Amino acid sequence: MSAVQHNHEEDHGHHHKETFMTKYIFSQDHKMISKQYLITGLFMGIIGIAMSLMFRLQLAWPEKSFGIFEVLLGKWAPDGVMDPNVYLALVTIHGTIMVFFVLTAGLSGTFSNLLIPLQIGARDMASGLLNMISFWLFALSSVIMIISLFVEAGPAAAGWTIYPPLSALAQAQPGSGMGMTLWLVSMAIFVASSLLGSLNYIVTVINLRTKGMSMSRLPLTIWAFFITAIIGVVSFPVLLSAALLLIMDRSFGTSFFLSDIFIQGEVLHYQGGSPVLYEHLFWFLGHPEVYIVLLPALGITSEIIATNSRKPIFGYRAMVASIIAIAFLSTIVWGHHMFISGMNPFLGSVFTFTTLLIAIPSAVKAFNYITTLWKGNLQLNPAMLFSIGLVSTFISGGLTGIILGDSTLDINVHDTYFVVAHFHLVMGISALYGLFAGVYHWFPKMFGKMMNKNLGYVHFWVTAVCAYGVFFPMHFIGMAGLPRRYYTNTAFPYFDDIANINVVITIFALIAGLAQLVFLYNFLHSIFYGKKTEMNPWKSNTMEWTAPVEHMHGNWPGAIPEVHRWAYDYSKPGQEEDWVSQIVPLKDGEEELQH
Amino acid sequence: MTAILTLTVLVLIAISLWQVAKIFEMSQTTKDNSQVANDHDNDIQGKLMFAFLAFLYILTLYSFWEWGDVLLPKAASEHGSDYDSLMWISFSLIFFVQTITQALLHYFSFKYRGEPGKKALFYADNNRLEAIWTIIPVITLAGLILFGLYTWTNIMTVEENDEALVIELYAQQFNWKARYSGEDGVLGDANVRFLQDFEGKNLVGIDATDPNGLDDVIVQELHLPVGREIIFKMRSQDVLHSAYMPHFRAQMNCVPGMITEFAFTPITTTEDMRRDPEVIAKVKKINKIRVENSKELIANGEEALEPYVFDYILLCNKICGASHYNMQMKIIVETPEEYQQWMNEQETFAQVIQ
Repeated sequence: MSAVQHNHEEDHGHHHKETFMTKYIFSQDHKMISKQYLITGLFMGIIGIAMSLMFRLQLAWPEKSFGIFEVLLGKWAPDGVMDPNVYLALVTIHGTIMVFFVLTAGLSGTFSNLLIPLQIGARDMASGLLNMISFWLFALSSVIMIISLFVEAGPAAAGWTIYPPLSALAQAQPGSGMGMTLWLVSMAIFVASSLLGSLNYIVTVINLRTKGMSMSRLPLTIWAFFITAIIGVVSFPVLLSAALLLIMDRSFGTSFFLSDIFIQGEVLHYQGGSPVLYEHLFWFLGHPEVYIVLLPALGITSEIIATNSRKPIFGYRAMVASIIAIAFLSTIVWGHHMFISGMNPFLGSVFTFTTLLIAIPSAVKAFNYITTLWKGNLQLNPAMLFSIGLVSTFISGGLTGIILGDSTLDINVHDTYFVVAHFHLVMGISALYGLFAGVYHWFPKMFGKMMNKNLGYVHFWVTAVCAYGVFFPMHFIGMAGLPRRYYTNTAFPYFDDIANINVVITIFALIAGLAQLVFLYNFLHSIFYGKKTEMNPWKSNTMEWTAPVEHMHGNWPGAIPEVHRWAYDYSKPGQEEDWVSQIVPLKDGEEELQH
Repeated sequence: MTAILTLTVLVLIAISLWQVAKIFEMSQTTKDNSQVANDHDNDIQGKLMFAFLAFLYILTLYSFWEWGDVLLPKAASEHGSDYDSLMWISFSLIFFVQTITQALLHYFSFKYRGEPGKKALFYADNNRLEAIWTIIPVITLAGLILFGLYTWTNIMTVEENDEALVIELYAQQFNWKARYSGEDGVLGDANVRFLQDFEGKNLVGIDATDPNGLDDVIVQELHLPVGREIIFKMRSQDVLHSAYMPHFRAQMNCVPGMITEFAFTPITTTEDMRRDPEVIAKVKKINKIRVENSKELIANGEEALEPYVFDYILLCNKICGASHYNMQMKIIVETPEEYQQWMNEQETFAQVIQ
């Protein structure tokens, strides 16, 4: 490997001229690509969150007229009253954007790109070109997804899972025409982007670690990104195949997912396909996707909690083992989304078994986080607050998984608001907290400036209270039997007594939405006017903080530092400071922890 | 006009937020501007963490106090009590774990908040602890899995038998139909190809050449005799739907191109359920809300809402298009005699297509 390293140094030894285009637009530098991912992700996040606020307004005050709808939805909200098709479109695109564009690309794309080379001591990603192509495919898919919002009949509206036949037949709903075509094209490109990114991450972690950076000395962030990339490579192609088969059914008359259909007074020619097949293909990605979203957030949290507790992460080996266990299990539990899909009930019992097993590595992780805090010297920076918040929502949301993962109990709460509450807490909010924690923590690394901590505190507390305010009550309306994706609940007088809960939820959601503006202000303002950072503001052990604040090609001037210890020597007895960077050699007689 | 007004309000809110943010920032430059948490921050944020724990508990207690009555409506099917006990066991367990872990997490965040001169404990590993919190979940989950699988198998094993009543639930955008098998107890063959036969009178596409189908009865309202096992065969003619009957702890997707099934035995008639104190309280509460809502409607010159009477409902619970939210059917559970009487009044398929 040393020869490879040597070549790298030579490559970066002489400065080649950079134009605006190569530096900011078609950059192959992982740090710039990371920023591009983050900013695109945040932009998509604004759209996704704004959509959720709109349908929350409709849910709290059904069929009321809102001026804002008239402005933003135009002809789809005549007199300011939202159309049911548009409601479904908003729900669909909100889900798609948040899951894929914000929490997959925005989270994993940003921090894998930023941290993998910097924390393992590499000059850049294994292939800068692939990395650049990966980002631009993501950008392209984002643009197509946004264009789909403006087509004549409206964007895709079959739910983010786009189950056929609803998504396959233009007759079934307006959104299944051009809007769905664009959705599928956008997602196909997204998958390509994700695969290029993941391959690059895997190759980089395996091949480009600096001297001394053994796998057992990797920070947990890198372990999380590495395993996430592997799950991505294993499962995303299956989504691509599902999308391609659906495109064939839609446009070329095949019958992979369709059979015996009569719609709009017409018998269609499809014979022999099955929507259940689509569900299998979709969830074979769809479930691992949950962990593709969550694991990077957990990795980020591990790093931030250890640093800010000034303590080693508790149970490093157990943390790595549980990431691997979760990743493995995540590929054999997809059927728990399909207990009542009509598949053989025996399969249901198999998937119940594998699903509930996931609780074990998850519990290990939660307890290890809590033990890391124990007897620490907690530096409660905004990043730390979001990390603790993540552990809290991960527990609250994860626990209800024990109910949903049990095929029996799923019968009555499947597709109700109970599910909405569960997955928003355990993956939505948790991953979002991971994203925020990461931004607050590595902002100095990305932009050379500090974010304002007090605004960070305001942002955290308002968000934390509102997140529970929104999703905790949803468990109740779900247990009451209220299905998700209902435009209004007024068609059932039976649900009249929970209408007020919907109002409470919406009010919390609106406040939470406003709180994100504080973050946005802080983010944008700090890029330009933030206080200049020191080299290692959080006194962290990992390698990225040994690189100069000013970004440079190749990350380190001169040789890449050698690594001599693991990343978690915080408050180690016998050291003067409460941290020891990974690049500091062991003292005479100092033992490296056998982890 | 309203549009401009809303936009203005939004812009004003944005500006005021910007200003609040600015003030925050200015108030801070006077002191220390390192942007790294100092002892003062650690103290305040640690205490807020503790306060947040209180918030979580209060939110939980308030929610149960205020909305506890909407949780899981009273079960009206035979397997309902098994379902409910499994639910409450799981629920109590997660409630217990939630209470303890949130307490530890937030209390530690408060207790060990950074203080001047404090040094953290270098504590990297403990295999015994790891073993404890691996093994305890393993044992607990093993119990839950076994109980769950036992119940699941009981609920999902559908055996054809002479006693059971076979009913087809037929889904289409956006309504439900039910087909009873008639005198012979056998549902006639059916396929969407036959839907256009008999000028659209063949509502669920029965094959008229199959003699079993001629005595089938198609209705828009589901009547079930109490105490008899009902085997539902689900079909859909267009997109996925899901037949969700929350009171019976029953749900199954309706999939075009295949027949899915679910069986349960209703144990409480609609009449009896209406006399249940829990249901009476709920109906009263709903009607109070409806009277309130009606006042507004009447003020706008619209008609008042009809008073609510309890009925079992069948809902569509799989996104199926614009009117998904209103795809419902009334379920009436009645005595076998009442059921028989109602059935005798219905027209058979043979009579309909004549």
